[in-house]
Amino acid sequence: MKRGLILMFVLITGMLSAQEMSKYEAGMTKALAKMKTDSTIADYTETSALFERIGDAEKDKWLPYYYAAYTNYMTGWMDEKADKDKIAEKSIQLIEKAEALEPKNAELFCMRNMIAVQQMMVDPNSRWMSYGRKASKALEQAKDVDPNNPRIYYLEAQSTFNTPEAFGGGKKNAKPKFEKAVELYGTFKLASPFHPDWGKEEATKMLEECNK
Amino acid sequence: MKKSVILLLLLLIGISANAQIVVKGTVKDNRGKPIKLALITLIDTYDGATTDSLGKFSFKSYDKGEYAISASLIGYRTQTIKILLEKDTVVANFTLKDDITELDAVTITAGSFEANDKKRATVLNPLDIVTTAGAGADISSALQTLPGAQRVGEQEGLFIRGGSAEESKIIIDGAVVNNFFFSSVPGIQQRGRFSPFLFSSTAFSTGGYSALYGQALSAVLNLESIDIPDASEVQYGISPIFTNAGFQKVAKSKKSSFGMSYSYTNLALYMKLIPQGPDFFRPPTSHNLDANFRMKTFKNGMVKVYGYLNTSDLGLKNNSFDSVGLYNQFKLKNINCFVNVSWKQPLGKGWKLFAVTSYSNNVDNISGEVQDKDYNRIPVTGIATLDNGNFDIDAYKTMLQFRTVIEKKIKGLNAIRFGGETWRNEDRSNFSFYYADFKTFVPETYSAGFVESDIFISKKLAFRPGLRYEYSALTQKANIAPRGSISYLLAKPTQISFDYGIFYQTPDRKYMTQQSNFDFTRADHYILTFQHFTKDYTFRAQVFDKEYKSLLKTDSTNQFAVSSDGYGYARGIEIFWRDKKTIKGLDYWISYSYLDTKRDYLNFPIYAQPNFAANHTGSIVIKKFWSKKMFGINWSYNWATGRPYYNPNKPSEQYLSDRTKFYSTNNFSFNWITKVMKSNAVFVVGINNVFNQKQVFGYTYSSRLKDDAGLFLKQAVGPPASMGFFVGLFMSWGVDRTQQSINNNL
Repeated sequence: MKRGLILMFVLITGMLSAQEMSKYEAGMTKALAKMKTDSTIADYTETSALFERIGDAEKDKWLPYYYAAYTNYMTGWMDEKADKDKIAEKSIQLIEKAEALEPKNAELFCMRNMIAVQQMMVDPNSRWMSYGRKASKALEQAKDVDPNNPRIYYLEAQSTFNTPEAFGGGKKNAKPKFEKAVELYGTFKLASPFHPDWGKEEATKMLEECNK
Repeated sequence: MKKSVILLLLLLIGISANAQIVVKGTVKDNRGKPIKLALITLIDTYDGATTDSLGKFSFKSYDKGEYAISASLIGYRTQTIKILLEKDTVVANFTLKDDITELDAVTITAGSFEANDKKRATVLNPLDIVTTAGAGADISSALQTLPGAQRVGEQEGLFIRGGSAEESKIIIDGAVVNNFFFSSVPGIQQRGRFSPFLFSSTAFSTGGYSALYGQALSAVLNLESIDIPDASEVQYGISPIFTNAGFQKVAKSKKSSFGMSYSYTNLALYMKLIPQGPDFFRPPTSHNLDANFRMKTFKNGMVKVYGYLNTSDLGLKNNSFDSVGLYNQFKLKNINCFVNVSWKQPLGKGWKLFAVTSYSNNVDNISGEVQDKDYNRIPVTGIATLDNGNFDIDAYKTMLQFRTVIEKKIKGLNAIRFGGETWRNEDRSNFSFYYADFKTFVPETYSAGFVESDIFISKKLAFRPGLRYEYSALTQKANIAPRGSISYLLAKPTQISFDYGIFYQTPDRKYMTQQSNFDFTRADHYILTFQHFTKDYTFRAQVFDKEYKSLLKTDSTNQFAVSSDGYGYARGIEIFWRDKKTIKGLDYWISYSYLDTKRDYLNFPIYAQPNFAANHTGSIVIKKFWSKKMFGINWSYNWATGRPYYNPNKPSEQYLSDRTKFYSTNNFSFNWITKVMKSNAVFVVGINNVFNQKQVFGYTYSSRLKDDAGLFLKQAVGPPASMGFFVGLFMSWGVDRTQQSINNNL
């Protein structure tokens, strides 16, 4: 009888904690799988909402907010008419929640860079001074924290690629940066299965573009 | 016993697997319209949904008990309600209230064209100014391509909606600039003193401006200087007209910066190459020194110090119109200094302080001489017209001002601003004529207090009431001026607004050397605006009415004020269209103004349209930039119908009844961004009046000599040279990572 009760107790608590453990993991796995198949604005908006709910429920995990910001940011590129400022306002709100839990993380600085670039694109002529500065500052901060993060160099290479050659941009100048990114992607170790791992394919493709 | 445990376990598992509850509902705004893409969260769980286009949502939950559920979306206040999850279906309906943010809400424009980064209504930024063909990187010339601003080619200043140049004030970081333009030379327009690159934003209000500003019957141009630059740099520029060198040093912490620049201008070579109408026996030269210091304070506050020192010199001669074989000579020496210290400080809890103090000192040494064929001053002839051409004037103007504004942001975009300012002006002049010397001294202490509030009733409707009190120690008069603005958002991004205000200005001090107890001059503005702003297109249409009262009347010689009985009106329609999108890399704007104005002021014998007002004016400005090749071509076309001019051969009932012919000019400029000696260099070429169209700004008449028919002789007033040319190279060296971020769209 006693043994039975203990067994039951162990079983129930075990089941509960397993559920607790897997609830986050299962939730993240499900959301990340959904993100990979997302294709429309509505898909990404839903995924972003899902990540935000996970973040709000967990209270101490920054990754859900990171992905919520990332998927929200993606919607800004999917429709030319999208109100990038409004989308960025939401992305910033989400990234601030992540930063409150994880104040200095290269991935979050990279996200800051991407948001700033998106806002700059609203009116590049008049905004590159302010938003361009914000964007490059975020990458500097990312390098300070984690100089081996490949996404930093991928983003940097991307903006060099889009900068006119007269200002040190263009294929030729972007190439070594893409090379460095690809190299770092090769050795980059994920801290957990849920940490960001995007960009390798794109960097490889861009490097091929530079070699053309 | 074992069995019962297993049973119990199965039971528990069974319960947790079966209890699936559907939560559904709708989300609407407070006008009953469905809200799509709202985020529904069952708090502390992963469950939730986003609403569809009908504002509906539905999701399943395995949780039981009392939970909170929230609906949120940017632009609305989040609503949280409690629900009990026990039955199969639980309904939760939401009504979200607007959360008014800058992105969604109606904008209070108070009649102004703003260009800054925060508000997206970018109309003219520094880059726009320097790439406007024909403007020659001069702020006020570029503004003349906007509706409301008249082109008055023979004189500097902003002539807005039938207003004279004195009716516009130019403000830098909150402080009025006393001598924004280089000192006047008869018949020749002067440039503004300041480079457009000193400023990060310009707000040009052609009427109905905020109660925070005063002493301008027509318009206010508000310039805000740049903050700490991105990186240290060294600059050098050269052209046949001038050379300049400067640096900016940014501290490692990026918390402060310091910079200086010097430039020397000499038009001697240019005037040899391009023949000028008048004989510039002393071609314009000037030395210019400026320095700045900027420092971040706590909570992102900023202190800026800007100092400016300039000396200039010129002399020119024209054939005398009143005597054969004589010359009229004009000489001008000017020293101008300007210091501005401003402090912008957030104080927390929505409070913000803006304080500025500025000092300026301007000295003009002017002399006029009537000369014989050997360029010697002629002796006293007893002919007044000739003898009055010999004079010396030394004019000293100083201005000291203090200004403080406190702003408190209240929930959402609502805000209240209040403050005060005081200006001390001292104008001294020594006139010497052949028959006597005069000294004048006109001091003025002006003080004002003001309050204004931004009130957002909803996202769609906003008010800005304001009140300003002013006192002039010189005239010993006080006034209270109410201002108001209502803006209504029809459908984003289209809005209409109505601005009203009473605007007072102390009469021009130069007429009050003898007597000063005149009323404030006054203008009442009524402005209706329709505007449509997106990042790519701007459309604005305005209808305005400006009623002038208590304008100054002078005696016939135009020297001394005699009464405040002048009056007048200006009414019109203005249209502006800018398109940056339709053709890639091409940015153009079109503006048109219709103006109907008459006034009786100064020495006008009758009620007439003043000589600085044309009935129809317009501009087309086109800019095309090739980002791959990094060069741009700019074109501008400006036109105006004829302006009135004074013809002394006509009786005074027909005062200002003659009109000049139609004015039009085409201007071209080319800029190429490249690398020269490891610097980021900009190479600029500009041609004004490409087709060499004859430009007549007005006519002057002899005051003594007459032709065979007994009429005074007539002479056209035009630019000193009909075409203008500019070539320059501007280089800057520095660590500039920002340049790397210029995107492919630039």
